[in-house]
Amino acid sequence: MKKIKKIKIKINGKIKSIKQDSNLSEVLKNLKIPLNKVAIELNEEIIDKKKINKINLNKNDKIEIVHFIGGG
Amino acid sequence: MVNLKKDSLIIANKKFNSRLIVGTGKYKSMTECAKAIKLSGAEIVTVAVRRVNISDKKKPLLMDYIDPKKITYLPNTAGCFNSKEALRTLRLAREIGGWKLVKLEVLGDKKNLFPDMIETLKSTEVLAKEGFKVMVYCNDDPLMAKRLENSGADAIMPLAAPIGSGLGIQNKINIQIIRKQTKLPLIIDAGLGQASDATIAMELGCDGVLVNTAIAKAKKPFEMALAFKNAVIAGRQSFKSGRIDKILMGNPSSPSKGII
Repeated sequence: MKKIKKIKIKINGKIKSIKQDSNLSEVLKNLKIPLNKVAIELNEEIIDKKKINKINLNKNDKIEIVHFIGGG
Repeated sequence: MVNLKKDSLIIANKKFNSRLIVGTGKYKSMTECAKAIKLSGAEIVTVAVRRVNISDKKKPLLMDYIDPKKITYLPNTAGCFNSKEALRTLRLAREIGGWKLVKLEVLGDKKNLFPDMIETLKSTEVLAKEGFKVMVYCNDDPLMAKRLENSGADAIMPLAAPIGSGLGIQNKINIQIIRKQTKLPLIIDAGLGQASDATIAMELGCDGVLVNTAIAKAKKPFEMALAFKNAVIAGRQSFKSGRIDKILMGNPSSPSKGII
């Protein structure tokens, strides 16, 4: 059986191991992120949420997922 | 009878009936926050942009408690200490769902939380060029307020006193000077402690007030939310009514003619 290769990326400061060749959409789906309530950055660049299934992730990529919380 | 219904607050061409803007931070729970906002009558609430907690997916979301379709979200840059961080935060906020009306707040000192006006000014220019409608938290300095206005700010929001201090308006003269020089919405942001502080702000001719800590941390937040609602209405009504001149000596209210 072929061994699935994994790569390490950072999501919101935490190291995560994901399948090689995963796209951003799959990763966000696994994390159950409500897309309509968040914004996403990949390596400090804002990502168009409509295009996440076309973005493949690479080793050491940094993803930031933010939303609104209470604040003054 | 003064018809306050027609006396709308207009920010970036959007009309609001309430002149009270409230923050959504520091409440014990989302439920408490939502109820206090309802009681305050506020139509605009400030919100912060932070990382999603990816390990605790059951954490309640603000949007599930306060419907952004009914209440205008005003994303802020609280916690940003330079222009780069502030711009990054607001660009992300816009991406969440098309928010263009934002509150810019670039702090300069972790203890007194005074705004860094050089960074604030720089950020205002960039944001205005990018099509944001920027409500700017600033010092109570008339010259800086003028510069912000010239840089494309949509509302000037000077502090009353340091954020969360509850000290009330410290520099009435400066606020009055800013009022005289600008036609932009002037909103007192930060430092209010009790409802009467809001009344004073409105009586100085401000267009609104922004309150968070004074409501969220009051012993009875719901009652305080209501008190601030009424205080803002009272202050606005008082300002519109035209106060009497101040005189040094007494002036009897009853006629002296006919005294027995």
